[in-house]
Amino acid sequence: MAWNKLTYTGWGRARVASGLVARPERLSTLTRDLTETHAPAFGMRRSYGDVALNHNGRAYDMTRLDRVIAFDPATGVVEVEAGMPIGDLGRAFANKGWIPPVMPGTGFATVGGCIANDVHGKNHHVMGSFGQHVTAITLIQGAKTRKITPKSAPDLWKATVGGLGQTGVIASAKIQLMPCKGDMMVLTERRIDGLDDFLVAFDESRTDYTVGWIDATATGARLGRGILEEGEITSGINKSRDAAKSVPFNAPSWALSAPVVRVFNELYFRRVPAKGRTSVKPITEPFFPLDAIHNWNRLYGKRGFHQFQCVVPMDQVEMLRAMLTRIGTSGLASPLAVLKKMGAGRGGYMSFPMEGYTLAVDFPNRDGAEDLISELTDMAHDAGGRIYFAKDGVASAAQIAGMYPDQETWAKAVAKADPERAFETDLVRRLGLRDGTGAA
Amino acid sequence: MQQSWIILGATSSMARAMARRLAKEGATLFLCGRDMDDLAATAADCLARGAVCAEALLFDARDTDTFAPIIERATAEEGVINCAVFVGSMPEQDAIDATPELIAGVVTDSHIGPATFLQKLAPYIEARGQGTVVGVGSVAGDRGRIGNYVYGSAKAGFATYLSGLRNRLTRAGGHVVTVKPGFVDTAMTWGIEGMFLVASPDAVAGDILTAVARKKNVIYTPFFWRYIMLIIRHIPEFIFKKMSI
Repeated sequence: MAWNKLTYTGWGRARVASGLVARPERLSTLTRDLTETHAPAFGMRRSYGDVALNHNGRAYDMTRLDRVIAFDPATGVVEVEAGMPIGDLGRAFANKGWIPPVMPGTGFATVGGCIANDVHGKNHHVMGSFGQHVTAITLIQGAKTRKITPKSAPDLWKATVGGLGQTGVIASAKIQLMPCKGDMMVLTERRIDGLDDFLVAFDESRTDYTVGWIDATATGARLGRGILEEGEITSGINKSRDAAKSVPFNAPSWALSAPVVRVFNELYFRRVPAKGRTSVKPITEPFFPLDAIHNWNRLYGKRGFHQFQCVVPMDQVEMLRAMLTRIGTSGLASPLAVLKKMGAGRGGYMSFPMEGYTLAVDFPNRDGAEDLISELTDMAHDAGGRIYFAKDGVASAAQIAGMYPDQETWAKAVAKADPERAFETDLVRRLGLRDGTGAA
Repeated sequence: MQQSWIILGATSSMARAMARRLAKEGATLFLCGRDMDDLAATAADCLARGAVCAEALLFDARDTDTFAPIIERATAEEGVINCAVFVGSMPEQDAIDATPELIAGVVTDSHIGPATFLQKLAPYIEARGQGTVVGVGSVAGDRGRIGNYVYGSAKAGFATYLSGLRNRLTRAGGHVVTVKPGFVDTAMTWGIEGMFLVASPDAVAGDILTAVARKKNVIYTPFFWRYIMLIIRHIPEFIFKKMSI
């Protein structure tokens, strides 16, 4: 196997790793190589921070293992190689009447990554997290390959789903797809004037797919204003859209400066008529709004950006307001800010979701951004909430102590699965996740 | 009319990408190679993406006994029979210097095996009055270079064979596309120093299918390799012999 010396990053490009990377094209090659070299795996590196990075170590790039292995049209169970992008899976089966029950905000995320981060989608309040729909995982733990199910190995299963790849390399998985009417979505968008209205709108929403875009630059009476998007899958004529566009080079630092973002957000808010609107779109558009612009992370310039995402319990509305106020006055907010009401569904010990409100905001990696994220992390902690490891590149071990109540149980299961700590990544080391110091 | 494609060397990433594109067009696919587990995975993938039929069949360029069953199976289908050849092997030149006997294998994998197979298939294409053969050569076949001249000479031989086959099949309604890829981002080039302007296997597959649709004769992919090789071919031998590129 050839090892390529590479410098690579997560999607945010603010955390960088260099090390040797292998990119097997067959499962048999991966199995053989892992017998000799135990190292973590990554997919499309769409997580933002350093959860998929292994600086000064080795790693496996899974993106060439991207095939459907088997599909049962009677039950809708599909088995795929872990490097398959989730959007590909959606496109391959939607016109046959099946769709992945959970899809994250980008179709480029791989199935392996979706499991390892136990991702959620705009329908989390209905369908729970991705891992809850996985029925079997092939896990390569060095020389040993195990096919596990939630029943055959319950402890290892819960340590693997949302387990950040620490129990071994996820080589393939079976997913229970969900029947769907077609590959179109009826999408209703309406303006929401402030945070309180948003929370009421979430309570009243009855659609399967619900998400809020927030104008994170708004303050005062307009704090928390934005657009509520509600969608349902339907059938119709799918005129596939134009080919994807690409951001060809790094944007200058003023591209997403405070005044530009304020103007952009004002226009984006007014894009939706005051009375709202309903349209029918191919499902890929509302599911993966930014996938149409390849390399959009370059808009943040060469220093990259961070995303902060937390979830706080339902009764912590005042803390949410305090966070939005802090963000709104920071001058660091970008156009990308999302609010969503989460259900309780989660698949593993270290899964992110909990019942409450989840807020995600991008910040360009400028001076002050990391301090602000650190402050927001403390606020989430004080609210009894938690941050999302798939996004994080900033927090410290002390800051996340107690956020994940099952952390110690997870660390024990992981120690059993990987006693040599061969699958550790930069985030796991930075946060000391496996040290057992986390449980407060 | 139903399009059937025999793909030789279907475990290569370029072949896989091409099979996937053909699957989306609803083709019938015969995926041929030696790693049957891997071929079965590609077959399942192609079926999920729209192939009417996708089967994994054993093909070994060094074992002519494996040829007839493939041709028999493919010609049992009605419609147009096409064939794409992706096979070839490239041991390090150092390894060949140490063991010159390796040359027989390289030439068999890249030239003799596929040429023998196509020679057996040609009468069927002639009989049906249509069908396309895609032969993947290499820019390495355009000029012998110190780094890989054994591989290059095998590819050059295959390219000449394809030229003759094109001459033959054209008069019966068939067609032959000779493909010369430059650097492609595959397992073969992963981690090798000095790669530049590397193309993705999917982009190469797209170029090949465009060439098939437009009945091109010889294509370089990505296209600019035509000009790079034009220059390299025209360097006078008395200079070229002292260069190491």
